[in-house]
Amino acid sequence: MKVLVPVKRVVDYNVKVRVKPDHSDVDLANVKMDINPFCEIAVEEAVRLKEQGVADEIVVVSIGEAKAEEQIRKAMALGADRGILITTDEAPGSLSVAKLLKAVVDEEKPGLVILGKQSIDSDNNQTGQMLGALTGMPQGTFASKLVVEGEEAQVTREIDGGLQTVALKLPAIVTTDLRLNEPRYAKLPDIMKAKRKPLDKKTPADYGVEVRKTVNTLKVEPPAERQGGITVGSVSELVEKLKNEAKVLS
Amino acid sequence: MSILIVAEHNNASLSSATAHVVTAAQAIGGDIHVLVAGENAQSAADEAAKLNGVAKVLLADNAAFGHALAENLATLVAEQGKDYSHILAPATTTGKNFMPRVAALLDVEQLSDIVGVESADTFKRPIYAGNAIATVQSTDAIKVITVRGTAFDACEMDGSASVETIDAGSDAAVSRFVGEELAKSDRPELTSARVVVSGGRGMQNGENFELLYKLADKLDAAVGASRAAVDAGFVPNDMQVGQTGKIVAPELYIAVGISGQIQHLAGMKDSKVIVAINKDEDAPIFQVADYGLVADLFEALPELEQSL
Repeated sequence: MKVLVPVKRVVDYNVKVRVKPDHSDVDLANVKMDINPFCEIAVEEAVRLKEQGVADEIVVVSIGEAKAEEQIRKAMALGADRGILITTDEAPGSLSVAKLLKAVVDEEKPGLVILGKQSIDSDNNQTGQMLGALTGMPQGTFASKLVVEGEEAQVTREIDGGLQTVALKLPAIVTTDLRLNEPRYAKLPDIMKAKRKPLDKKTPADYGVEVRKTVNTLKVEPPAERQGGITVGSVSELVEKLKNEAKVLS
Repeated sequence: MSILIVAEHNNASLSSATAHVVTAAQAIGGDIHVLVAGENAQSAADEAAKLNGVAKVLLADNAAFGHALAENLATLVAEQGKDYSHILAPATTTGKNFMPRVAALLDVEQLSDIVGVESADTFKRPIYAGNAIATVQSTDAIKVITVRGTAFDACEMDGSASVETIDAGSDAAVSRFVGEELAKSDRPELTSARVVVSGGRGMQNGENFELLYKLADKLDAAVGASRAAVDAGFVPNDMQVGQTGKIVAPELYIAVGISGQIQHLAGMKDSKVIVAINKDEDAPIFQVADYGLVADLFEALPELEQSL
């Protein structure tokens, strides 16, 4: 079975981003970029499926700026076999990404598509589900466990009250939650080998997909600053303040 | 303009999340209809009829909706919603699961996790783990939106809408429900509690969370946790507060043994009053805390509990 793993280039999760003074966007100049943490978990899961003999090929795809090649190479160093980079002039919305991925799915015919549950920049949590709608495939979102057996994938999902398990007919879509696995680190020889793995460079036009933008960002602002707090010296002072100053305890 | 809200419920009763979405719908303006899709969900529909300002409740009762499987639910919502200007659902794991599928079926983008309504087509939503708030405008014919519950008050339950049963739904037969394990708790629900007490890595183990449970019981509070505490196995993951867990905005949030990484802050920094108890005076949590106590939690917690 072939596994398709879409990955996204995003700001490193440890970076505290700042809003530009003109409020047009956040400032990403000279900020460290990395593979989205949930996508990294998706790559790891695909590699583990290959190690179990369930998957025989892992294809990584990224959509966006040309520099996303770095993230595809990283996924290859972790174990993916080949890559597809679809470059776009501006960052496409989730629906356009899902349409491009649908075109890739039609061409590659994977048995499983594993995506991260959300990217930590736009925090949308949409692409996997949208791809499900466009392809008609069932979806196992927020997966913390994935078992592939015959023609079915059993996915344990993290839901608000606990865990839910669903069975999906393959081909299916899985989106990863944090606890699905712990991604491995790339070893130096693998990083070197990844440089020679095949990478197809494409554009949306190659797939006949028009990248449309129907959601426009008018303004990006910093969140309301919290008033500076105080340090209390003891538990009794804390209780007194909560009762009489903040009035949140009776 | 008319708005369709997809209710969240467990068939027997309506989840409180839906009442928050109604308030967001009222801010957009227009006729509000609520869709209850479930199996033997009459009682949830009757409750939905009491939501303030709701004109009509549509009940789709079909075994295919028993567990809110996204494949079946999205098809129904897209079909029912195509004549509405807005389709809204709470940004819970259920809403996040099926709504993007609805959006793609209708060939529109989705606006996720909105925290403010500027006008019928312009909304505010947090990005980058809440480190920025974007104002976004949609030109799509139908706005498919998930609503962050903590950003809107719950509406009153004083309405009396009519319940109309619709004959709809079929099983796409590509997925099936296998089972679920729900965490049992007598304490208030994390996302709607007035007070939340959370523990982090500093709690050291699961047994020590007993200290937080005792304090929580005195305060009628829910107990949350940081990702570090969940990953270390101290508590189950549905207690996690943060960018990838639950978003809470209680009146009082007490963070105990939590350093305050940006991913955690994303889940709680809209709380009205934040208290931090941590022995590391340089912990980032003190930068957002209204009241900080630099102390060993194992001494401070029992003392705090005693003094309440």
